[in-house]
Amino acid sequence: MSTTTAIANSDMSAITRTGDARLKIRWHELAVVRWLQICAWISVATTIAIVAILVLESSAFFAVVPVWNFLTGTNWSPLIDPRSFGVLPLITGTLVVSLGASLIAVPIGLGSAIYLAEYASPTTRRFIKPTIELLAGIPSVVFGYFAVTTVTPFLQAIFPSTEVFNAASAAIVLGFMVLPMITSLCDDAIRAAPRTLREGGFALAATKAEVSIGILIPASMSAIMASFILGFSRAIGETMAVALAAGSTPNMSLNPLISMQTMTGYIVQVAMGDVPHGTIEYQSIFAVAAALFVMTLILNLLSQFIVRRFARQWE
Amino acid sequence: MDIVIAAKNLTLAYGDKNIVKNVSLAVGPRTVTALIGPSGCGKSTLLRTFNRMNDFVPSFRLVSGEINYRDLNVYSEKVDPVYIRRRVGMVFQKPNPFPSSIAKNITWGPSINGFTGDYDQLVESSLRRAALWDEVKDKLNSSGLALSGGQQQRLCIARAIAMDPDVILMDEPCSALDPASTARIEDLMTDLRDRYTILIVTHNMQQAARVSENTAFMFQGEMVEYSNTKQIFNAPKQRLTEDYIMGRFG
Repeated sequence: MSTTTAIANSDMSAITRTGDARLKIRWHELAVVRWLQICAWISVATTIAIVAILVLESSAFFAVVPVWNFLTGTNWSPLIDPRSFGVLPLITGTLVVSLGASLIAVPIGLGSAIYLAEYASPTTRRFIKPTIELLAGIPSVVFGYFAVTTVTPFLQAIFPSTEVFNAASAAIVLGFMVLPMITSLCDDAIRAAPRTLREGGFALAATKAEVSIGILIPASMSAIMASFILGFSRAIGETMAVALAAGSTPNMSLNPLISMQTMTGYIVQVAMGDVPHGTIEYQSIFAVAAALFVMTLILNLLSQFIVRRFARQWE
Repeated sequence: MDIVIAAKNLTLAYGDKNIVKNVSLAVGPRTVTALIGPSGCGKSTLLRTFNRMNDFVPSFRLVSGEINYRDLNVYSEKVDPVYIRRRVGMVFQKPNPFPSSIAKNITWGPSINGFTGDYDQLVESSLRRAALWDEVKDKLNSSGLALSGGQQQRLCIARAIAMDPDVILMDEPCSALDPASTARIEDLMTDLRDRYTILIVTHNMQQAARVSENTAFMFQGEMVEYSNTKQIFNAPKQRLTEDYIMGRFG
């Protein structure tokens, strides 16, 4: 009894902050707030800086090459005379690779999400989920040489006309790169559908597959669509694997078996090459980057819009 | 008397905990039967065995006894739960319309179950029987989620009716509704009883007294008393029933 009192008293007397009642400025408190504030604004500042440099450098480019010619030109030959800065071949390459990736990632991603959310036992789930996250953690350069060393020979065995660098192998590995994101977002979306909705379906004599496909998928459609768009946006911006696998021949074609250059692929090629700063070739990568930025920005805004516009209110 | 739904010496458990203990109950056709009792007495668990909705609760176990729907043993391995649910419909505590149009809410169940009739007619007749037609007939293609809570619940009743069920289970169907909506649903139940066998779980004793012909009072997993509603409310045989009805506990 007496010991507990003694301990309590000594603890109390160790608190020194209550000793002075006058209001005072707590400098360390202010310092902490400032520091946290700076942390939060660093991202904003970085974004603004990057956009500013993109605008600045690409406006120098567009002073020489009219925007219209850039956006509608079908010949991209920036490094070899006669020079031509029509970006459509790069955009085509990007879209062929990204659409091809979506063709793989969307059905497999949605399918595995339905399986994980509705069918997999907790044990199976505990095995599959981390494995999918592991897939997301594989460096993109690994996917790149995997495409060149494994996927392309496989494609060549089936389609002998396949070139060493080709859009199809890039699309395939890119599909597996965005797969984890689509799976994970769709899985979250389906699991977020309330239990009462499932029960409503089962009570109408629906089978499990009918509930999954007929109720849960439509109910989560906005989030599922958003995940597809985010996956596509991610595919458009992906660089390393694509630069390695698809090659560096701008080709305005829909044939996935030939080499194509994507927008990101071109940026890598020039940024790592020996093109002198300040030249039109150098500035062209900023113009391509600006176009790429606008594309991904539109896609990200679109996915946000879909989520907000069609968000179901699960009270 | 014909028996539509019956529980025989039924013991149900979640994990190791018995929730319903040796309960027997027989319900005749075209009646409204109320299951009352304090929270956790096992009435909802019991209700959800009649159409095997407890199948989706991993820890649920039927320990002993059986459930019969007509001449079928509901929990027999040879019986298809999908068939049971086609004949035994359910309305839930919280209105749970699908996030699609009013018409689609009605037609979805019948369409996956091979309905071959006229869908427009089905939508109209189901909504009429659920006393919702006049309020929604001009907006059948708008979302079911845009309706008020009471309308949503009537939509869920219409959805259950569209399956042409034999039995309708209602799990506290008015607990999320305001008094006016509650009154409409109670009226509706009285109308529906000449066609369907209705079992309703309710916390609201006045509601049980108003809508049901028979009442079962459960307490701590046991069936304390089951008889004519008038008798339960006017002259209960068990002291426990009387105490509950008088509001001495609950």
